[in-house]
Amino acid sequence: MVAMPDLLPALPELFLACAGMLLLMIGVFRGEGSLRLVSWLAVGALLVTGVLLVLGPTERTVTFSGLFVSDSFAVFAKLLVLTATALTIILSQRYLETEQLARFEYPVLLVFATLGMMGMISANDLIALYVGLELQSLSLYVIAAFKRDFAKSSEAGLKYFVLGALSSGMLLYGASLVYGFAGTTNFDALAALFAAGETPAVGVIVGMVFVAAGLAFKISAVPFHMWTPDVYEGAPTSVTAFFAVAPKIAAITLFIRVLVDPFGDLLAQWQQVIWFCAVASMILGSLAAIQQSNIKRLMAYSSIGHIGYALVGLAAGTEAGVRGVLIYMAIYLAMNVGTFAIILSMRVQGRMVEEIRDLSGLSKSHPMMALAMAIFMWSMAGVPPAAGFFGKFYVFMAAVDAGLIVLAVIGVITSVVSCYYYLRIIKVMYFDDLTEPLERPSRAASLVIAGTALFTFPVFFIFSNAILTGAATAAASLFQ
Amino acid sequence: MADWPILTLTTFLPLVGAFFILLIRGEPDVVARNARAVALWTSLITFVISLFILANFDPSNPGFQLVEEYAWMPAYNIAYLKGVDGISIWFILASTFLTPICVLASWTSIQTRVKEFMIALLVLETMMVGMFTALDFVLFYLFFEGVLLPMFLLIGVWGGPKRVYAAYKFFLYTFIGSVLMLLAILTMYLTVGTMDMRAMLDHPFASELQLWLWVAFFIAFAVKTPIWPLHTWLPFAHVEAPTAGSVMLAGVMLKMGGYGLIRVNVQMLPEGTFYFTEFVFVLSVVAIIYTSLVALAQNDMKKMIAYSSVAHMGYVTLGIFTMNQQGMDGAIFQMLSHTIVSAALFLCIGVAYNRLHTREIDAYGGMAKNMPRYAFVFAVFMLASVGLPGTSGFVGEFLSMLGAFQVNTWVAFFAATGLVLGAAYMLLLYRKLFFGKLDKPEVKAMRDLDWKEVTTFAPLVAIVLIMGVFPASFKDVYSPTVEKILADHQASLKAAGLIKPEEAQAAGLTVTIEQPSGAVSGN
Repeated sequence: MVAMPDLLPALPELFLACAGMLLLMIGVFRGEGSLRLVSWLAVGALLVTGVLLVLGPTERTVTFSGLFVSDSFAVFAKLLVLTATALTIILSQRYLETEQLARFEYPVLLVFATLGMMGMISANDLIALYVGLELQSLSLYVIAAFKRDFAKSSEAGLKYFVLGALSSGMLLYGASLVYGFAGTTNFDALAALFAAGETPAVGVIVGMVFVAAGLAFKISAVPFHMWTPDVYEGAPTSVTAFFAVAPKIAAITLFIRVLVDPFGDLLAQWQQVIWFCAVASMILGSLAAIQQSNIKRLMAYSSIGHIGYALVGLAAGTEAGVRGVLIYMAIYLAMNVGTFAIILSMRVQGRMVEEIRDLSGLSKSHPMMALAMAIFMWSMAGVPPAAGFFGKFYVFMAAVDAGLIVLAVIGVITSVVSCYYYLRIIKVMYFDDLTEPLERPSRAASLVIAGTALFTFPVFFIFSNAILTGAATAAASLFQ
Repeated sequence: MADWPILTLTTFLPLVGAFFILLIRGEPDVVARNARAVALWTSLITFVISLFILANFDPSNPGFQLVEEYAWMPAYNIAYLKGVDGISIWFILASTFLTPICVLASWTSIQTRVKEFMIALLVLETMMVGMFTALDFVLFYLFFEGVLLPMFLLIGVWGGPKRVYAAYKFFLYTFIGSVLMLLAILTMYLTVGTMDMRAMLDHPFASELQLWLWVAFFIAFAVKTPIWPLHTWLPFAHVEAPTAGSVMLAGVMLKMGGYGLIRVNVQMLPEGTFYFTEFVFVLSVVAIIYTSLVALAQNDMKKMIAYSSVAHMGYVTLGIFTMNQQGMDGAIFQMLSHTIVSAALFLCIGVAYNRLHTREIDAYGGMAKNMPRYAFVFAVFMLASVGLPGTSGFVGEFLSMLGAFQVNTWVAFFAATGLVLGAAYMLLLYRKLFFGKLDKPEVKAMRDLDWKEVTTFAPLVAIVLIMGVFPASFKDVYSPTVEKILADHQASLKAAGLIKPEEAQAAGLTVTIEQPSGAVSGN
């Protein structure tokens, strides 16, 4: 009889799993029309999970025979993911109702995806990593095709599924190679193995690169980004809003943990891979977005670019770099959720619009919404004093500190190029004439827009120390 | 009063005003009226408060004064750190002085989206004052870049026909110039361990590193100043911007470049400065001659003044890098003079443009007959721009040239030809606008300056003349700081072994002949 594992570190996950199943039951028994109830209950469950996380152990705790780890790093990342999911659920309600998608499965699937992400973030073993990843991915495949009567949405779901499965396969293949050559899948054991200073077998390195490639798919880093624009465009907008934030945060934190924790001593082997991915993502993200007229596609390329900047911090491979990435993702969360809240409010005479030109003259019809959008675009472009600047500031600081000057130079130059298309949105809103005014945004959307905009500027500017300290503690816990 | 966080107050008071304007609701014309009033009062109060900075400033102390320090990101040694010294104090006052004038100048000429216009103007003021008072590099960079967005909107929303192109060009050009500066700042930060600019001033950076840092900063400030050949954004931005935008751009934003060159390139990177001095001289001389010739060929008034700005900033860079007392005194004086004169000239052009809605020089003529007051005001600023003794323009150009003459006679010679060219295009402009036959009916119908325009111009005329006949009142505030900067520069060059002790003495000699030159400039 095996002793009962310590459940306490995984309490938030266990709670969320039970809550998810309960929500499913509620939905099933109350039938159609229970979206609103289930949504708010889901938000409540996410909130409780967040509270449990904050109250939980802060020092590094490993449980389930070394499969699951809980540390400050995980807590920080999970809090970001929970916030992103909760905000997306709140934002989605009105969209789902007006688009005849009001089915209770939606919030439930988001909750299960979040559970998967939390599993990913806390994975301390290649197997646990895979299980978490698949739980997340399966839920995401379904919601990508949630608008199933609509060809583009089904196509998006299918595309996402096929490429996602391919990347999972690569990841699994890499994991098997690592296991075959190193003899273990546990992160701590792997780290101890490489810390001994032995030259790792080629198989391990090949395996590590496969794992990295699989994860690069999930964060849509170039050259594994092909699915992103199509899926972003085809999926229902509320789903795109979710895709752009929570899974990205989860995958990049997982990426950090895998590279820093078990493979930390192989920095020389993976740094050049990440370096290339960062440069390619930044360049593609800034150049390819210039031609886009659909704002969802634009956001897809924009997110590719942002992932490039986050990878700059990871490429540094230092504690400062990880700290930079965490700060970056926190800011990324605020600006992307805010931007998508505005995109979800782009309705003209009862139908959704998603062209950039539909925003023309927004500053005349909705001055506050235009101001918020301007702040988000300004922040994404990385122009101070908006929060986005600080995100870039800290990753570039880490890169310069690690001697990656060329990477930093490419980074700042692409950020100027990307300015062009962010400015174009400001231009459309402020310089162009009003064509058709948008409808009033829902109360929930207005609140989210106002909150995230205020966070982006000036709250982050004034109170940045709190987030910096949080990110610093989180990064330090990874490097213990 | 000295205990108050007076710099913070000056910086953020416009932002408070902008916030109140944001809250104004109601009928469009009531909103416009209230927005104008709030903007005017806010900017006037800010100006009055900024006078207290001057009152509390001790000119004999070359260090930083009225320093305010609050923890901001203590984990990174990044603080909210503000202070003034002799170099920055006049630029702060220039910003707060020009903002109410811009509000007045936009009173009737801006009729669409007045509320947003005034907000952008006040935000711009906050950014400019913040940049000149920042003593923490992060703060410095934030405010340095922070001017871009309000200016982008000023040009893009209220500008002329090609405003979108001009706004983009302005934004992207200046932004790409300064992102490399960000990396340089990070490198310096990682070397010194703090973002405190006072610590950076004392830190001797490694020689080779200094050269790289110098180049990165120079590009950023050269775009902003602008120095030939990085000036091409300026004519477009000036031509398309509304009058207030041009005034702010020429009056203060260009000085951010000059200020940065002194504060960072000269003060923090002495070896880089030593290495690149000739390079800057060449660029300055080319700027003076080339852009003067280009100005000569313009038929658009604003474009002509824009090119003349580039030429005048050439004297500034020339004066700064002479690295002697006269040169640098002159460079700073030239910047202050240019602030007033170019702002006034753009306001003058605004007067004509508001009446006739064209900036073509050929569309005017003979205005001296029907607009005598306007002709007088324009004449004062035109002559100040040319550098006539008795106006502010003379002192700055004269001192810069005097400084240049001690270092390199050829440079001084070529710079002097620029003076002739400057006189040529300005007098040509004046002749075409004001003399000749008053035969165009639409020009004949133009009204002379009304009382509001007269109140806008009166303080500017007064300052130009005061600066011209009593330059010491301005110069004595910053001269001790300049003296210390030069002494520090010599000391660090000596420490680096770049100059021999006897040469250092010779350089010290030029400081001692400062007295007669001061007397000359008073003529």
